[in-house]
Amino acid sequence: MSLVIEKVEKQFADFAALKGVSLTAPDGAFLALLGPSGSGKTTLLRILGGLEYADLGHVSFAGLDWLTIPARERRAGFVFQQYALFKHMTVAKNIAFGLEVRPARQRPARAEIKRRVEELLALVQLEGLGGRYPSQLSGGQRQRVALARALAIEPRMLLLDEPFGALDAKVRKELRLWLKGLHTRVGLTTVFVTHDQEEALELGDLVAVMNEGKIEQIAAPEVLINAPATPFVADFLEDAVARSPNTNLRSLVRARTK
Amino acid sequence: MKRPLAPTKDHWLVRWTLTLIALGFIGLFLVLPLAVVFHDALGDGLDAALAAIREPEALAAVRLTILAAAIAVPLNAVFGVAASWAIAKFDFRGKGFLVTLIDLPFSVSPVVSGLVYVLVFGLQGWLGPWLAEHDIKVIFALPGIVLATIFVTFPFVARELIPLMTDQGRDEEEAAVSLGANGWATFRRVTLPNIKWGLLYGVLLCNARAMGEFGAVSVVSGHIRGLTETMPLHIEALYNDYQYSAAFAVASVLALLALVTLILKSLLEWRFADEISAAHHH
Repeated sequence: MSLVIEKVEKQFADFAALKGVSLTAPDGAFLALLGPSGSGKTTLLRILGGLEYADLGHVSFAGLDWLTIPARERRAGFVFQQYALFKHMTVAKNIAFGLEVRPARQRPARAEIKRRVEELLALVQLEGLGGRYPSQLSGGQRQRVALARALAIEPRMLLLDEPFGALDAKVRKELRLWLKGLHTRVGLTTVFVTHDQEEALELGDLVAVMNEGKIEQIAAPEVLINAPATPFVADFLEDAVARSPNTNLRSLVRARTK
Repeated sequence: MKRPLAPTKDHWLVRWTLTLIALGFIGLFLVLPLAVVFHDALGDGLDAALAAIREPEALAAVRLTILAAAIAVPLNAVFGVAASWAIAKFDFRGKGFLVTLIDLPFSVSPVVSGLVYVLVFGLQGWLGPWLAEHDIKVIFALPGIVLATIFVTFPFVARELIPLMTDQGRDEEEAAVSLGANGWATFRRVTLPNIKWGLLYGVLLCNARAMGEFGAVSVVSGHIRGLTETMPLHIEALYNDYQYSAAFAVASVLALLALVTLILKSLLEWRFADEISAAHHH
């Protein structure tokens, strides 16, 4: 039932975004794709979401030949970097969208949709804001609406593109903790993209360090820090961890010196 | 003590001069001619003006103008949306060329575009013999007038939508697809609501131009009174016949149609002000 990515390749006009990426993550994992810009991490995420085709390679997830399923049948909850909320719809309508566009036979009754929306609003702590428009919300609130909207379709996996990229430092910290808690509660296999070492190491229970279209190393955070497999990984993580004021991260390093 | 000027304010003399220049210009070149049209229409009295409009030939011209616009505008709206969608949301070879082509009607003289249709569909034209054989009349008939109108008003909707849709990007459509929406649902529930105001402006501009087009239509129409004369052509014919007040009477009807379009647009903007501003701020 785990997520298995095998030798995925993707070429854009004159740029090889992915040069044979393989990784395995257990069901329910919180997987971080970490790397500098241009390392292919967003491309990999978009391929998982069905927003981009892979040229070569194979992905299996939940016993399904994942890449052969069209994007709209894949039920991959995708949260975009800029949230991509529907500007002209209220928060409630945004969240209900995935349910309302279902074919008539699979569409829940109106009352049921309403109940689900309320439930999700409560889950993302936005009770009472269902009637607002996205433009009337703060960045952090929009982020959570985007998450609720993605969760509404009962996704098989959750995909987050730079989930905290557009937020200020304080909100980012809060949301990070909250998201971690949410993942623990919901237990969905979650893949998120980030260029922020601290974020990846603190949030992910599995971190794939990517560079120039390849995976340098995939491991648990403490393994990455204490036993980097390549000079790139060592280099990319060392400074960030040393400079981080975050005690959680530094405690990972201390584990090594013991 | 004299209060110093606010740093972002100019001297009152500058402000007043600029305002006066702008108002004067608008008055002289926009308001005055319009006023003259209505004034001269009533030169022989209201009854004469009304009589000129009730002439069968004038009524036929009004009908033809509205009919041509009613065909050309929806077609160009559909085309404009399709073209803008393709250009703004997808990358493909020859995209720059397509954008240039869309602008072509703006850069080619309407008379030339009219002539092109005569050369293609006219009796001596490429398709002329075949059309004559099958008894299809294009030139000097409604199809020709509609074709010429479509050509001239081709860019209005697309020009309005391309920058708007490019600016909006693909994110919302991708979100819709990942949430399970099919192509049509994505277009109807996400794309269309996002462009509806731009589309409306484009359609209104397109309509105004479609009803007012002279050059291209003049070439293909053949000026058959009561049959192939649109309002602008009818106005010119009356004017050339020295029927000044009749010409101006019909001209005021045309001007009124345009004004109705503008008022409609303003009303919609006023009615949906909240929604428009909500859609524009992100």
